[in-house]
Amino acid sequence: MGDARKPREIRLSTTPTPEALAELQLGDIVYLDGLMYTAREGVYKRALEDKANIPLELPGESAANFHCSPAARINADGSFEMGAVTATASFRFAKWLPEWLAKSGAKLVIGKGGMSSKDYKNYFVPNGAIYLSTVGYGTGALLGRGIENVEAVHWNEELGLAQAMWVIRCKKMGPFIVASDLDGNCLFERENAKISATIERAYEGTKPATLKRFGETDDKNDELIG
Amino acid sequence: MISIDLIQKTAETLMDKAAIEIPDDYLEGLKAAAKVEDGDLSSFVLQAMLENYEVAKEDRRAMCGDTGTPRWYVKMGNETQIEGGPIALEAALRRATANATNGVPLRPNRVHPLWRTDHDNNVGIGAPEIEYGYEPGGEWIDLITVHKGGLFGTDYRMLFPSDGIQGIRRFYLDSIVAFGKRGLACQPAIIGIGLGGCKDTCMVLGKRAACLRTVGDRNSDPKVAELELELKELGNSIGMGAMGFVGKSMVIDAHIEVGYCHTGGMQMSVHAFCLSSRRAVARVFADGRVEHRTDPNWFTDYQRRETVEWEMPESHEKSA
Repeated sequence: MGDARKPREIRLSTTPTPEALAELQLGDIVYLDGLMYTAREGVYKRALEDKANIPLELPGESAANFHCSPAARINADGSFEMGAVTATASFRFAKWLPEWLAKSGAKLVIGKGGMSSKDYKNYFVPNGAIYLSTVGYGTGALLGRGIENVEAVHWNEELGLAQAMWVIRCKKMGPFIVASDLDGNCLFERENAKISATIERAYEGTKPATLKRFGETDDKNDELIG
Repeated sequence: MISIDLIQKTAETLMDKAAIEIPDDYLEGLKAAAKVEDGDLSSFVLQAMLENYEVAKEDRRAMCGDTGTPRWYVKMGNETQIEGGPIALEAALRRATANATNGVPLRPNRVHPLWRTDHDNNVGIGAPEIEYGYEPGGEWIDLITVHKGGLFGTDYRMLFPSDGIQGIRRFYLDSIVAFGKRGLACQPAIIGIGLGGCKDTCMVLGKRAACLRTVGDRNSDPKVAELELELKELGNSIGMGAMGFVGKSMVIDAHIEVGYCHTGGMQMSVHAFCLSSRRAVARVFADGRVEHRTDPNWFTDYQRRETVEWEMPESHEKSA
């Protein structure tokens, strides 16, 4: 390790108080205790678009929504085997999250890569919620050790094991990184801003490709040559 | 004749090893990166990953919860015969994939693209992919499983000779910056670059460059090898590290594979093999021996041949 400083480490409940959330700063390392549930596009579609009844009492039982599909199986006797758990990229769920946060009362959204500060300010802040990012990404085995018990799986028949709603009791599960705070500040955007000058230097001398692509221009009247 | 039961049994072991045990070459590469990393958060991330690999091995649990999209690269010596033939071989690899998904367990990632049907076993239409290669001489089969992560860090671009090396640098940077932000590519990664071929072969070359070559391995063409080192250096100089945080560890190694292409083009693909660079290899012999290793040793001189006929060098049969 070079001259790196160690970040601060904090234990947090999956039904956190507003005071506990207010304590958190961008870049803090968090370990979680309590019940969390997995919910990603399958659960959001089923709960919000198909209006299915959510099989948990939210946020009373849990205010922690994990964007995760575990490496898991259901044994023949109905018990569960859960090995590794890691997050999936959250930005794809922005479409459902405003309604989901309001409906579920989730205070912790846990996933990969975070959301934009615009998302945080628009619907995380009004709901008193923050974003925790997994680390790596790919600390699946470490997070797996933080599973005290797999309490239930819901909607696995409708959605398959990967998209099902898994309910997990965690004990010092982590590490997670605080990627947004109660004011809607964004850790990843802060880091991006610090890096932009170095990126510019790395590009020096390179030139745009001879044949452009739509996406590099949004004007469909543009020709893409030269 | 190679026993089909032995192939299936070996394949199941490989699925398990790939998901759980980080290959030594990548591990050493990451340790070296962790030593020089001085970004506070990047450094924390690398240390957590190193700890994670240990925990995965101790607990025999998958190193990452996203266990990727398992696939098979199969290579055979020219004299190899498989009990039951190629159909039995494919069935054995599909069975091994399904059994290991349930056994390890892996995440059942594979679904129908439109109907999202999930068989909960990573087997379906076209899944797992099974690709083949052959070597002159020998009676053996190499089973290589790669569980590459699926969504970020890969791109293709049609460049032209006039784009030149600067065009290659530009697209390389575009790709790693785009997918490196917020760590979507799960870097530091082994970056594979395909140059030339046709669009499909360019993608195949880049993916194989990422997944089938080990950290530290260099292309047999010295000028290509030089470009590999230059791109590795370039990738580590953008000021970004793990998870897109301030740092300098983006690329554990850069591998380039080339294929002859249309005279007017210079196709390029970029692939990132992530912090969970999952691959496992075994050679199965007709006499029942099984030799495990982590180096796929896919890109032999024969695989990179550029002549009409192939004359086997005397040393080749032993090394292949």
